[in-house]
Amino acid sequence: MGAMTAVTLHINGERFSRELDNRTTLLDLLREHAHLSGAKKGCDHGQCGACTVLLDGRRVNACLLLAVSMDGTDVTTIEGLSDGNALHPLQQAFLDHDAFQCGFCTPGQICSAVAAIAEARAGWPSVVTAQDEPEGPVELTAPEVRERMSGNLCRCGAYVNIVSAVREVAR
Amino acid sequence: MTTTRPLLGSPMTRLEGREKVTGTARYAVDYPVDRVAYAWPVPAAVARGEITAVDATAALADPAVLAVLSYENAPRLHDTDDRTLAVLQSPHIAHRGQFAALAVATSLEAARGAAAAIRVAYAPEPHDVILTRDHPGLYKPDEVDEGMPTDREHGDFDTVYARAQVRLDAVYETPPLHNHPLEPHAATAMWDGDDLTVYDSNQGATAVQHVLAELFGLATGKIHVINEHVGGGFGSKGTARPHVVLAAMAARVVRRPVKLALPRNQLAAVTGHRSPTIQRIRIGADTEGHVQALAHEVTTQISALDGFVEPAAVVSRVMYAAPNSRTTHRVTRLDVPTPSWMRAPGECPGMFALESAMDELAIACGVDPIELRVRNEPTVEPDSGLPFSSRHLVECLREGTRRFGWHDRDPRIAGKHEGRLLIGSGVAASTYPVYVMASHAEAHAGPDGSYEVHVSASDIGTGARTVLTQIAADALGVPLDRVRVRVGSSDLPPASVAGASSGTASWGWPVHKACTELRQRLEALGHSVPEQGLTVAADIAEDLDDREDYARHAFGAQFAEVQVDTVTGETRVRRLLGVFAAGRILNPRTARSQFIGGMTMGLGMALLEGSTMDPAFGDYAERDLASYHVPACADVPEIDVHWIEEEDPQLNPMGSKGIGEIGIVGTAAAIANAVHHATGVRIRALPIHPAVLMPPLAGARQASPS
Ligand code: FES
Ligand code: FES
Repeated sequence: MGAMTAVTLHINGERFSRELDNRTTLLDLLREHAHLSGAKKGCDHGQCGACTVLLDGRRVNACLLLAVSMDGTDVTTIEGLSDGNALHPLQQAFLDHDAFQCGFCTPGQICSAVAAIAEARAGWPSVVTAQDEPEGPVELTAPEVRERMSGNLCRCGAYVNIVSAVREVAR
Repeated sequence: MTTTRPLLGSPMTRLEGREKVTGTARYAVDYPVDRVAYAWPVPAAVARGEITAVDATAALADPAVLAVLSYENAPRLHDTDDRTLAVLQSPHIAHRGQFAALAVATSLEAARGAAAAIRVAYAPEPHDVILTRDHPGLYKPDEVDEGMPTDREHGDFDTVYARAQVRLDAVYETPPLHNHPLEPHAATAMWDGDDLTVYDSNQGATAVQHVLAELFGLATGKIHVINEHVGGGFGSKGTARPHVVLAAMAARVVRRPVKLALPRNQLAAVTGHRSPTIQRIRIGADTEGHVQALAHEVTTQISALDGFVEPAAVVSRVMYAAPNSRTTHRVTRLDVPTPSWMRAPGECPGMFALESAMDELAIACGVDPIELRVRNEPTVEPDSGLPFSSRHLVECLREGTRRFGWHDRDPRIAGKHEGRLLIGSGVAASTYPVYVMASHAEAHAGPDGSYEVHVSASDIGTGARTVLTQIAADALGVPLDRVRVRVGSSDLPPASVAGASSGTASWGWPVHKACTELRQRLEALGHSVPEQGLTVAADIAEDLDDREDYARHAFGAQFAEVQVDTVTGETRVRRLLGVFAAGRILNPRTARSQFIGGMTMGLGMALLEGSTMDPAFGDYAERDLASYHVPACADVPEIDVHWIEEEDPQLNPMGSKGIGEIGIVGTAAAIANAVHHATGVRIRALPIHPAVLMPPLAGARQASPS
């Protein structure tokens, strides 16, 4: 039995408190302890993005974080994006653009896109942003979206539709 | 009288889409299960040999560890045809990465820790893992891909080739490729007495049910396989894979439900992959590019445990009129992981070779590559002599020519620069056979006017659930919202796998049949549904036997524009266009996504994907997604897809051909041909890495300092 530590955090606005094996990742906390299986485990190594969630508003790979270091944080998962029956605009856009096939990467893609849009609005440049781009919000052109969404692999190859879904919401 | 607009052919949104975008769709290890335990496999650390000892002492010291299984104590399984499923049955190791042991614990962390603590000792034996064209073990298999002849010969290839005005003789190579569905192979297994329920990630619940019944010596009715949502498969989940056997075995031993999701870096060794191919193509033609002699000779490998022989030469029996031809397959048995199906097995690597060769021939003859293909269009299927049920390759090429702007292309090689970039474009044909497999379905009318349709189909992301609902509603003549189609469980009427692009035809046909008969029976009853409802079952086995002999295939044309950086050697695809002729397109929205998805994977094959067999360790070196590069969003440009309206009465009641695989066929050749047009460098071994392009590009720069 591994050493245990108590951790308390907020998940989708609800307080979650548990004594956990120190080796537990945030992803396994969500999936195995909080029974939120929306975040997926594609690789467990930070290589695919299927586990992407929002940690204090920023996108992270939940498989790379240890749960016990999450004390006092706010985590938003795919389950927390919709408001009752009303879908988040990105969820709706993914549906409208058929931006998925098997759907396994989709929760991660959508969480990642939420943050990518916020980052561009906050003026964060990416590697394809022009050097002389003025300060302020970055326009999410197709190359910008492709670059900023490249941490989320989709083996079904839905990228073309993912880019149009994200651009529609970013507009 | 009310009429309903036909639903087939309309772009319905995926019925399970809402579950997928809200994270509520459940995959194999997403179900909440009480008292669940977790299993973690230990891969063998030698490429060949015997296990001499398994020391679980340290692992079992943790009270959270419930069991350590190995050949020494694992329950005995019954034999099946598939030797990769005989897990933990013998001390013999057939390849590196084969399962040597399994840790089961009450938490994932403990299971993983225990797996790392198990000490397995081996007596290694020498191994042989590298495929070569002259490998001493090469032999002629009895058949390739269940019933296809290994070799075919027409006319007199040798004589005609020797006398041909234009001769091409080239060897093309494709590397080992890994399916890597984003959901790793995973299962949750639960026993209730002698009843086994598994939530399993697979492409066919009926098939997995049958093989589990065989392995555990139980009646099929005792086994319940649920695959409601599957995170992709691309062939690697087409039959039961060893993970589900391990999960079921572990659950039986620890008397608790067990979850087992394979760690990503174990997939390459145990879930199947596309074996490497070495393909020699020889073409003899006249100066106008008419092919007179064609030989396509394939060398590939299987494992010590057998596996699938990649039927890569089969495309040369279908594509072009060649009065004298030879197509052969030779295979050798190596101490490697067992190959299996990967999207368009045979066609995909085969068309890389054939369509690259056709490009080389076009250049040798000075004929436009599209015109060359048109000139070699056959009137009947070359190998069988059968008429095609429909074949619109030329129309696809012509439509693509127009849409891509092919006429504006300057045929000169390496003629277009943009600064340090060289720009080029290429074309290749696509093809994939039309398969249908026997399946059953049931349609039920309820007294409240609702309908339920049951078929053990698998929606692995294709949109099967949606298109089957469209088929059912049309056949019943009712709106979509009156029909509920249930798929994804072996408790439903048995059906074939989601593979060989056959799903829609194989499941849609019995669904159509059951619904049509149900509608007729209801009409005869004056539309009054009996209180207990009315159920009609359908089976298409006889319909399949009654079909006339035709050569049935889908065709397509793919166009690519690339840029090659002369300083870094990096190739990037600027645009892709695919034009397909695949019968009636039943749902344009999901169909377009499937074509694009296939082409995206083809782009990966062209530029990024491939793994290396390590001769010392006998292991694929690229085992995770950081080293085995599947395309990322930034690799993929705008992809344009169109299709030709194709009416073909020789297919099935819906008039459809399969579309899941044709999208990957030809993409890599179109890109390689574009790279040649851009640079003058012909790449005959994939992938087109900067490392292979740099030396010839650097050489060309030195030869012509400009
Ligand atoms: S599961 Fe976390 S990045 Fe792949
Ligand atoms: S939709 Fe299947 S991996 Fe993205």
